[in-house]
Amino acid sequence: MSITDFTLAIEDLTVSFDGFKAVDSLNLYVDKDELRVVIGPNGAGKTTVLDLICGKTKATQGSIMFKNKELTKLSEHEIVHQGVGRKFQTPSIYENLSVYENLEVSYPKGHGVFGSLAFKRTAEVDKRVREIADEIFLADFLDMEAALLSHGQKQWLEIGMLLIQEPELLMLDEPVAGMSVKEREQTAELLNKICKGRSVLVIEHDMDFVARIAHKVTVLHQGKILAEGDMETVQNDPKVIEVYLGH
Amino acid sequence: MNFVYERLLGGKNGAIGIAILAALIFVILPLGLDLFRLNLVGKYLTYAFAAVSLVLLWGYGGILSLGQGVFFGLGGYCMAMFLKLEASDPVSTKIQSTPGIPDFMDWNQLTALPWFWEPFNSFTFTVIAVLLVPTIFAFIIGYSMFKRRVGGVYFAIITQAIALILTVLIVGQQGYTGGINGITDLRTLHGWDIREDSAKYILYFVNAFLLIGVIFLGRFILTSKFGRLLLAMRDKEDRVRFSGYDVSNFKIFIFCISALISAIGGAMFTLQVGFMSPSFVGIVPSIEMVIFAAVGGRMSLIGVVYGTLIVNAGKTAFSETFPEVWLFLMGGLFIAVVMFFPNGIAGLWDKHGKKLIGCISRMQCVSAVKGMIENKRAAKVGTVSE
Repeated sequence: MSITDFTLAIEDLTVSFDGFKAVDSLNLYVDKDELRVVIGPNGAGKTTVLDLICGKTKATQGSIMFKNKELTKLSEHEIVHQGVGRKFQTPSIYENLSVYENLEVSYPKGHGVFGSLAFKRTAEVDKRVREIADEIFLADFLDMEAALLSHGQKQWLEIGMLLIQEPELLMLDEPVAGMSVKEREQTAELLNKICKGRSVLVIEHDMDFVARIAHKVTVLHQGKILAEGDMETVQNDPKVIEVYLGH
Repeated sequence: MNFVYERLLGGKNGAIGIAILAALIFVILPLGLDLFRLNLVGKYLTYAFAAVSLVLLWGYGGILSLGQGVFFGLGGYCMAMFLKLEASDPVSTKIQSTPGIPDFMDWNQLTALPWFWEPFNSFTFTVIAVLLVPTIFAFIIGYSMFKRRVGGVYFAIITQAIALILTVLIVGQQGYTGGINGITDLRTLHGWDIREDSAKYILYFVNAFLLIGVIFLGRFILTSKFGRLLLAMRDKEDRVRFSGYDVSNFKIFIFCISALISAIGGAMFTLQVGFMSPSFVGIVPSIEMVIFAAVGGRMSLIGVVYGTLIVNAGKTAFSETFPEVWLFLMGGLFIAVVMFFPNGIAGLWDKHGKKLIGCISRMQCVSAVKGMIENKRAAKVGTVSE
């Protein structure tokens, strides 16, 4: 539980499910303005790490310090209020609402019961929704029901729903899954743009995509860190090659 | 003005819907029905409160409560306790061994009014109790369920169990509650005889007025950000939670509101029907309320009122002629709604009714245009011949 300069400092983080350690004494530090990609084979514990940070799963031991504030004791919505945003693996959007409403609901005002009853669609809210829609390539789809978007557009919409909250730590679980080549390019561009002024943590399998966006790569294996560094170093690491190809 | 139009009336379509419903229950039904039938409609409209509450809770919130009868009943019982105390003055109960207490207490060898009956001597307290007792009860249930993230089928089963428990409690504690017979023989409200014809008319209109008010309340909630959050929670609860909302608070609130609305219906039921009994509290009435909402269309505040009226009219008509088939018919109706028109009458109306109206108005347009053309022709012929 040390005071650090990092946005996110994870130390000795462990979670065990009935004795099985999905994440095992993990240490991970992410800087401001950094885009970190976490890779690793299936079952390495990547998604579990995100679950732990955003409070979906409670840690067995260890600490998660975000801006030097302990997250493991907070509930999910309090963690969000600290400035942590998380995108799920399968796009989680509100299919019955329009794109506009999806973004509006995510606007970080009126979070309480009575606040939401009194919430008004002000010019400021409207402007912000349109700005974000523009950024995530959905400016022309604002009135469309979200269920009708393509898979890739749904992924963007969910990223937009996080961006409107201006999180300082943005966590994306497989953001380009199911996207076309062109959509992947646009997403890479988007991620490179939005990582300024905040930290971004991405889980991804597509190595070409990882190479295009990652500042630093962390390889997880069986709940532990196997290697960490820039893409090239990691790719040439014999341990990493063994894990990916050996079994 | 804009607020009233957009938020409460729900724009042009919503305003028309409200206007038609208001015309039906304020003008057409009172003019077209005799007092006996109108009183029946008034009784049905009290169930519509529960159906409206289910639109908010189940239709939008995705929380199925099979225990709305509990709140309907609690509201009704609170009102009945006040009316019963007024009916049990020492003069009219002088033949009892303890005069001045409700008759059923006397039959059960009670010699004094139980402490929790005392405050119901006050009408102000009673009105507050009608509104608050069910709401607080809903808060306790909601808090203990939703904070532990109990939801879906489990929640439905628990609410159903609570409906059963409350019925058993009321039936078992005969001396305090009137038991299986309920609280009967209610006569006056502040000396005003609620059994008289004029009183029945007045209560019908008060009830109708309150129902429209409750629909406006529902509109206000559903058109706010809260309403969109309800839909969002029904769709992707985790996404809402990880967007910084404490989901359980929203669920508790809408559950409390739905209890409050049902309770108003229950209190109006007691006033119009003149008694309250456990048969309006338990599992069967609670499920019937869900059926009213399903048939009317669980996403439509106005549709469920029609649903309630139609199912109840059917129930009355059929149970007068073939009492034994009615339950099967109702079960069949529920299955049919779920399978073939999940959005109920309101859904059918949206799908086909509007087209029909479009068609009719188009035909009128066509005939109007034809008329104009013919007029012109006639005029031309006229000028030529001159």
